[in-house]
Order: sequence, then structure tokens, then C-alpha cells
Amino acid sequence: MPRTVLEPRFQVEHLSILDSDGNLDSSLDPEIPSAELKRLYRAMLLGRRLDERMIRLQRQGRIGTFAPIKGQEASQVGAAATLRRTDWMVPSFRETAAMLLRGWPIEKLLLLFAGYLEGGQPDESQNDLPITIPVATQLPHAVGLAYAAQYRGDDAVVMAFCGDGATSEGDFHEAVNFAGVWHVPAVFVVQNNQWAISVPLKKQTHSRTIAQKALAYGIPGLQVDGNDVLAVYAACHEAVERARGGDGPTLIECVTYRLGVHTTADDPTKYRTAEEVEAWERKDPLTRFTAYLKKKRLLEEGLEDEVDKEIAAAVQRFEALGAAEPLTMFEHVYAELPAHLKAQREQLAGALGNGATPPAGDDDQASPPMRGQRTTRR
Amino acid sequence: MAKLNMVKALNLALLQEMERDEDVLILGEDVGVDGGVFRVTEDLHRKFGSKRVIDSPLAEAAIIGAGVGMALYGLKPVCEIQFSGFAFQCFHQIENHVARYRMRSQGRFHVPMVIRMPYGGGVRALEHHSESEEQFYAHIPGLKMVIPSAPRNARALLVSAIRDPDPVIFFEHKGLYHAAKEDVPDEIETLPIGRAQVVREGRDLTLIAYGAMVRLAREAADTLAEEDGAECEVIDLLTVAPLDRDTLVASVQKTGRAVIVHEAPRSFGPGAEIATSIMDGAFLSLEAPIARVTSWDVPFPGFAREKGNVPDVARVLSAARATLEF
Ligand SMILES: Cc1ncc(C[n+]2csc(CCOP(=O)(O)OP(=O)(O)O)c2C)c(N)n1
Ligand SMILES: [Mg+2]
Repeated sequence: MPRTVLEPRFQVEHLSILDSDGNLDSSLDPEIPSAELKRLYRAMLLGRRLDERMIRLQRQGRIGTFAPIKGQEASQVGAAATLRRTDWMVPSFRETAAMLLRGWPIEKLLLLFAGYLEGGQPDESQNDLPITIPVATQLPHAVGLAYAAQYRGDDAVVMAFCGDGATSEGDFHEAVNFAGVWHVPAVFVVQNNQWAISVPLKKQTHSRTIAQKALAYGIPGLQVDGNDVLAVYAACHEAVERARGGDGPTLIECVTYRLGVHTTADDPTKYRTAEEVEAWERKDPLTRFTAYLKKKRLLEEGLEDEVDKEIAAAVQRFEALGAAEPLTMFEHVYAELPAHLKAQREQLAGALGNGATPPAGDDDQASPPMRGQRTTRR
Repeated sequence: MAKLNMVKALNLALLQEMERDEDVLILGEDVGVDGGVFRVTEDLHRKFGSKRVIDSPLAEAAIIGAGVGMALYGLKPVCEIQFSGFAFQCFHQIENHVARYRMRSQGRFHVPMVIRMPYGGGVRALEHHSESEEQFYAHIPGLKMVIPSAPRNARALLVSAIRDPDPVIFFEHKGLYHAAKEDVPDEIETLPIGRAQVVREGRDLTLIAYGAMVRLAREAADTLAEEDGAECEVIDLLTVAPLDRDTLVASVQKTGRAVIVHEAPRSFGPGAEIATSIMDGAFLSLEAPIARVTSWDVPFPGFAREKGNVPDVARVLSAARATLEF
């Protein structure tokens, strides 16, 4: 019996439209309308400026640990911009710019990183999930959402984000496999920023690309220059429209770079060189897009100031919020508060108000036994 | 003898055991070049190389699953899960395999591995970085569940855990990593797993705690001695499972009263097992209902509300006073 070739050699494509100086490959021009180009630029700029502001807020102890996005603005904004408002976005924890574009108010993002769960509450009008911290675990949710949309006959598309490290988790593979088998309208956007904390891509996978992992699951996979917002937009637009048209899921690998720290608790000098970072700084997605827009005369005068004012106003609103009311921690555990939690809430209220000494026994016990008072019959 | 914080003390245990035994190796996310996100494995990669200190891909299930294979072969992997909140990604490996190979293979194989994880709250961290989940592991037959409370016992217990022929889940409280320094002897020390320590003697009330809650119990005991003239016995469990019932029972037979403090949520938590064990062994000595001071039965409420959730000294004090006055 001979050995026969079952599949022709898989091909993995890489798409790049703007070079690092902002020159366009006109044969690939996605012909994005000017207003849309301006919207992309504003979101990227807002993402960058907010990131810088949040680092300062973190250093001052006004918010806690968070994951900066510097360098990844094009990947996020280019992708999320191809969604309709009624589509779904399923983020990981490093999609601030995409979340802003999707309408998350700045002060909610600040609240979340200041330890208030209120910051994770999407508006009723928003089809966005809150951030997910356990890596890759959000990806199967996207598949379920997409299945449900299809089931209901809606034309919604679901876009889920994850990082390069996430592609090592079982949940990633299970989700992409499900998406392929169920042929659901999902788009997986992998922000390959080269690092998963201190672990470089080459220790994460022996595959040359992440895009090719899609091919194993029978769905299209494409690699794009993730620092080129036009390439990301073009690729995601194609994927989103394919999904909406009933032609199934796609995986898009955005090749980008985390220019800053992993989180504000991280020290990247322990694991990567300054030269590496500098090389990627020369490919900065924002500089590149600025150069392109300048040539097209689409740069708006005073936009930086405007964005900074928007941030400042949001920071002010955030800081005007009072201290968190501890008793509300019982509010969203169940639809209805069970008896034991009512008792625990009362107990906490007592402790907060320096209330009377609690009864002996568990500190949530409502009516404790009295000494010598046996209630059983012998 | 050097004054070390818990991070450095744990690092010393790993270093010395790796020098002593070539079968000991380290596996986890960011444990190598970076030295671990809390720096517990700092410098070990440089000393022992990437075959013994392995920066794994980001996949908890395979870290523990591969660790099982190494252990079945005879190695002694010390696996690090970056935060205990991400151990659910390998919970099936732990419950299905780590805990069961000895039984399943009827003693032909065993899994002498250690699974280290930072746990606990009060460190202004986000969801999944602030929880206490010891109850899940304490409940699984075949596992040992160890939680040190200070640098010196952390070092000694980690050495014992590595040498233990059975799998040990080793929780390190994030709030204790840098909390205090303690004299830690240069020579290797061990501590028996499964043995609690009476860290303060008293006759009026037994306060039972482990991990970061031991500090609260001790502070409450000091206050009660000063302000109430009550002498509390404080027990540091050190091992949650198997539980040192003898030490607990002996203490409560003396004091007649017990308050249990833990950071995990209350319902079905370690406190329930501890209280029942005391009742079994010291029922006739009990003068008051056994009290539990724990986190409430809510998912992590965000660090802005964390203070209202995790037990504090005031809550320990009021439970202790109610128990004493009963
Ligand atoms: C299941 C799980 N394991 C470990 C972590 C800790 N952790 C947070 S981010 C991260 C690296 C993620 O890398 P990648 O997927 O490339 O995303 P990036 O951080 O680069 O955006 C790790 C290990 C986690 N959050 N969840
Ligand atoms: Mg990454």
C-alpha cells in the first residue's frame, strides 16, 4: 500500500498593508472611508493615552495592578472596529483600546482596576462580556454565544480575543475545534505580542505561526501585521463578513509586541533586551498610522488635547466616587439572597457598625442556643 | 543562620533539596528566567539550567499531567501553579490522577510530587488572585494539604513536602511572602507533615488557624490576655489535611472552647471538619458552641470590598468574647 498525500501542503498567509513608515501598498488598500479612519485613529490614541495615565494612577496607588496595552493598539482597534454594535465582543484582560471603542466608559475601566466589581458590569445596551483573567477560558464562551446567535437566527458575529500564551491552553484548542465542528459565526483574534509574561513565543509553541493552528481544526487561519491597523482591519472585516454570511469561523493572528510591562507588577528587564524593545518601537503602530494619516491629510488638529481632556474628566468622575459599600458584596451572588447569606450580611453590618457582641457559635448564626437550654426530648 | 522572608526561605528549601537530590526538578510558568512571578525560584534556573528548572508553556493541565509522568518515572517534580485561582485548569489532573495513582496501581506507582501555589487575599489583587481554595484539596483523599505561616516553618515544610512519598499541595499566602523576616538555620530542617503546633499556651479558649490567619489569632490572643484576662491557646495547623486531630482535641479538652479562623468561605470549608473533629473527641469538655470566623460565602467581591470579607482581628475578638462569655 503506498503512502499518499491526503492534504495538499497547508499554506499560511501573512498580510501587511502599511509599512513601518506609513507607506501604503496600494494594491491592498482596504479603502476604508475617511470617517472610519479617523475613528480608528482616535481609539488608538485614546488607548495609548489612557494606558499612560493608568500607569501613573497605579504608581500612585489609586488603582491596582493592570495589563498595559502599549504597542497593541492597532491589533485591538483594527479588529473590534469591524464589529457592529450588536455583535459580541469577548475580551481577555489586555483589550483596553478595543473596549473603549466598544463603548466601555473610561471610569468603569478605572473602577475595575481599583477593585470595584461595578467596573465589570456591561451596559444593558452592550453585547460585551467583562474581562476574563484566567487565560483562554473565555474562548469557549464565544463559541457558545455564536452557537446561540445562530440558533436564534440572529446575524450576530462573536469576536474573541486572546494572547499567544493562551494558545497553549486546552480551552483554546477545545474552543477552536468546537467552532470548526459547529461552523459558528466566531472570529478568534490572537494578539501575538511575542511574550507570555517572561516566556517567549519560541518556548510557547514549536509551530512557526499561530495562524496555522486553525488549519488543524479545519478553519481558515491568517497571520497579519498586528501593528498595521489597515491589515488588521482588512483581515478581520473579511472574517467577520464570512462569519455573518454563514461561512464559519476564522482565526486571525496579529503579530505585534507588548512594548511595556506585562502588568504593573512585572519587570521585563529580567527576561528581554532593550535592543529587542527598541526594534519594535520602530514599528510602533501609532507612529505608523499617524504618518499615513498625515500624508492623507486626515490628522485632526488638537485631537491629543481633546483625548487627554476626556481622560481627565473620567478620572475626576472616578475619583469622586465614594468608598465601596461592603454590604453590597452580597447582592449579586444569587438571584435571591439565601437565608445563610442574609445572616452573614447582618453579621457584617453588625461588625461594621461596631454592633453588639455576636452570639456564640458561628458568627452568622441567627438564633444561637442558650446555655443549658437543651431543645431535644429524651 | 540568616534572617529571611518567606520568599527567600522557600527559595533556600528548593535550592538545598535540588543540590541534595538530582531527581528534584521545577516546572511551571515563568519559574525559570524570571525566577517566578513572586521570585520564589529566583536564581535556580541559572544554577541548575533549563533541564531542571523548566519554563513551561502556559498550560496548567500539562504542567501537572507531565509532572505526574515524571513522578511515575521516579523524579520528584515541584510544580508551581502561578496563582491558586488558576489551578482549576489542572484540577482534573490533581483529582483524577495525582491523588489516585497509588490506589489505582495498588502501590506499584506513586506520585511524590509537590504542587506549590500562592493563595490568599488582602494584597489588592484582582479576581482569581485573592482567593483561598484549600478546602478543595483537603477534601480529596490521597492528597496532603500544607500551609505554612512563617519563613522558618515554610522552609522546613517544603523540604518535608519534597521528601514525602505522597503528593503534597503546598499553599503559600501572598500576604506572608514579604510580611516578616525570621531566623532560618543554614542546615536543612524538616517539620513533620500532619502535625499542628501549639504556638501559644492557654487554658480558656483554643484559637485554631493556619496560614495568614495565624497572625490574627495571635493578635487576638494578646488582646484577650491584656484586656479580658483570658488566656488563649493558639494552634497553627500547618497541615490542613490530614488534620492533626489529637492536638486539637487535647487542647479543647483543656480549654472547653474553640474558635476556628480561616480565610476560605465558610460553608463546607475546613472549619466544618475541624469543628466536627473537636466535637467527636472533646464533646464532654465543650463549654460553648464552636465558632468559625471565615470569609463570607460570596465569590471574591473585588479588593475595594475585601476588608469586609476576609476575617480581621476585630471579628476574631468578638467571636472569641462571645464564646468565652457563653
Ligand atoms: C489560566 C491562567 N494561568 C496563568 C495566569 C497568569 N497569567 C496572566 S497573563 C499570563 C500570560 C498570558 O500570556 P498571553 O496569552 O500571551 O497574553 P499577554 O499577557 O501577552 O497579553 C499568565 C501566565 C492566568 N491569568 N490564567
Ligand atoms: Mg502574549
